[in-house]
Amino acid sequence: MTAPALELCNVRKAFGTTEIIRGVSLSVTACERHAVIGPNGAGKSTLFNLISGRMKPDAGSIALKGSDITAMSPWLINRRGLSRSFQVTNIFHRMSVWENVRAGVLWSAGERYAFWRDAGSAREVGARTDRILVDFGLIDRRDAPAGILTYADQRALEIAITVAGGADVILLDEPTAGMSRAETDRAVALIRRISEGRTLMIVEHDMSVVFGLADRISVLVYGEIVASGAPAEIRNNPKVREAYLGEEAH
Amino acid sequence: MTGALTVRNGLAAQPALATVARYGIWVAVAALFVMLPQVFRSGTALTMMSLMGISIVFALSYNILLGQTGLLSFGHAVYFGLGAYFAVHGMNAAIAGGLPLPVPAIPFVGGLGGLAFAIAFGWVSTKHSGTAFAMISLGLAELVGSSALILRSFFGGEEGVTTDRTRLLRLFGVGFGQQIEVYYLIAAWCLVCMFLMYRFTRTPLGRMCNAVRDNAERAQFVGYNPQVVRFLAFCVSGFFAGVAGGLAAIHFEIANSAYFSAAQSGNVLLATFIGGSGYFFGPVIGAALVSYLQVMLSDITEIWQLYFGLLFIAMVMFAPQGIAGLLMMHRPLWHGRGLPKVAATYAIVLPPALIMLTGVALVIEMSYRLAVKAAEGPRMSFFTVPLAADHPLAWLSAGVLTIGGYVLFRLTWPIITAAWADAALRKGQVR
Repeated sequence: MTAPALELCNVRKAFGTTEIIRGVSLSVTACERHAVIGPNGAGKSTLFNLISGRMKPDAGSIALKGSDITAMSPWLINRRGLSRSFQVTNIFHRMSVWENVRAGVLWSAGERYAFWRDAGSAREVGARTDRILVDFGLIDRRDAPAGILTYADQRALEIAITVAGGADVILLDEPTAGMSRAETDRAVALIRRISEGRTLMIVEHDMSVVFGLADRISVLVYGEIVASGAPAEIRNNPKVREAYLGEEAH
Repeated sequence: MTGALTVRNGLAAQPALATVARYGIWVAVAALFVMLPQVFRSGTALTMMSLMGISIVFALSYNILLGQTGLLSFGHAVYFGLGAYFAVHGMNAAIAGGLPLPVPAIPFVGGLGGLAFAIAFGWVSTKHSGTAFAMISLGLAELVGSSALILRSFFGGEEGVTTDRTRLLRLFGVGFGQQIEVYYLIAAWCLVCMFLMYRFTRTPLGRMCNAVRDNAERAQFVGYNPQVVRFLAFCVSGFFAGVAGGLAAIHFEIANSAYFSAAQSGNVLLATFIGGSGYFFGPVIGAALVSYLQVMLSDITEIWQLYFGLLFIAMVMFAPQGIAGLLMMHRPLWHGRGLPKVAATYAIVLPPALIMLTGVALVIEMSYRLAVKAAEGPRMSFFTVPLAADHPLAWLSAGVLTIGGYVLFRLTWPIITAAWADAALRKGQVR
């Protein structure tokens, strides 16, 4: 049996005396779409920050495809095939849309820190960048500085940069936050497509998105996972209804 | 954003055209460098153009940090100065030991000196960015600047270390005894360095420098360590600063502690900023202009540094994108034939602006005369016009020029805004 794409074991994280993540253990199998839901302040974004290396856990271990990545630097984790997006749009504002996506492609294409060859010389880098821009409907804006894009386009670019490197484990932090219904539908279709054959972990507030997309759902309440299972199980779990779904009826 | 020289994929369909677009500009610059001494023949002009060449290399190397990687350094003269010292010692060693090291290779020695210290100092300073980096650069500049006066064996104390470029190995009978030979050497190195630094912006590392500048955190999540990116950019920058120092050493045949001065570090920052750090060619314009102003203004007035400072403040306030930014603002007009109309409005607004500036300059010069040069009496001349700085009429005319010029300027300014609005409408891109 292959190792799970992601395996968290008793992960803890405190800010000062406040423990935000209180012993989370979680296993995400390869090619699964796994949603993390929970009320505001439950620690969902912190959990993503711990997995992606943005923060170091106080205790516990995190393994990516069977190898330990606990407290590793973000770039090392990224090079091992895990890529994440951010809740607050986090792009390269002064660079063009095309350059933004290419920045996501460069390392995985083996370009690394090269300063002796032209970044445009490797054809597959440009081709892959173009393909991603077409996929995300951003090709018409390719030369625009990323900072002047509309909000929805910036959200799309955020995800485009995330998947550009071809990582096989993708973490999306509230990809549809602040989007209209139509924009959300488009985003969901896009996420479904890009997560084809990859492992997806997603934090999302919109329950229609969560239940439409996820193979499995984990419910995080005050830094602990109170339930984990298929959407139908979660929907009918009384503990979840009480802690979460009841409060935010969507 | 080096978009000005970008060759878009649209041209790739016509490879010949793309090649011309890519290399044509360099051929043109080379031709310009060759032709300049034919047009400006005087010794002063040759010296000035040599200094411009050195400043261009230095300012471009600085912009690898400021414009491309977003690192504000207050101590870039360190690598320029160390490059100069390594070049001078290299020349002296070659003379003493009879080494087959010709003058054209000396800037490379300077570059290696700059690189060596960029590796050492960069290792420390690029662990940080922003204010911490700026402060460390300032500290290192002080450290090296004071070392230059203490470590006499290497830095030669107050008088510095001199050399004689004519005693090095001659290639093709060129002895570098004449300024024209030095000019062509500097021009050649300048061209090569410009080309290499432009190519650097197109490399994967160069691109990721921009990414780290824009958003160092995000760069971490696409596989790059921002510290490594900053460090490598710092090394490349230090190398080219060292080359510029080596060229200066050849030009002046001396290296002394003035190379490390805060003024030197400040000048390269001003030149880069005035030219426009957001564009590759910005520092080229800035370096050429600042070199020119330094020579010309100091001939006209003793307090040229004040005007220089005022220019810098004006640029920061009204044109933070620099001269290059102002030029690139006009690029969309190029196709819509809007340019002549807009340019015509500039011609209308220019005289009032000049009148106002003349008034301001008169006030400054008279104040300087009365306050600082009181011992020399009130009689002075302003642009060859003799006047008395303590006469009310002189102050009255200065006031009239300043205020009248300002009023006319404000009255005519809407003509420019209207022309721009019109041009934007025509292009159908009102924002």
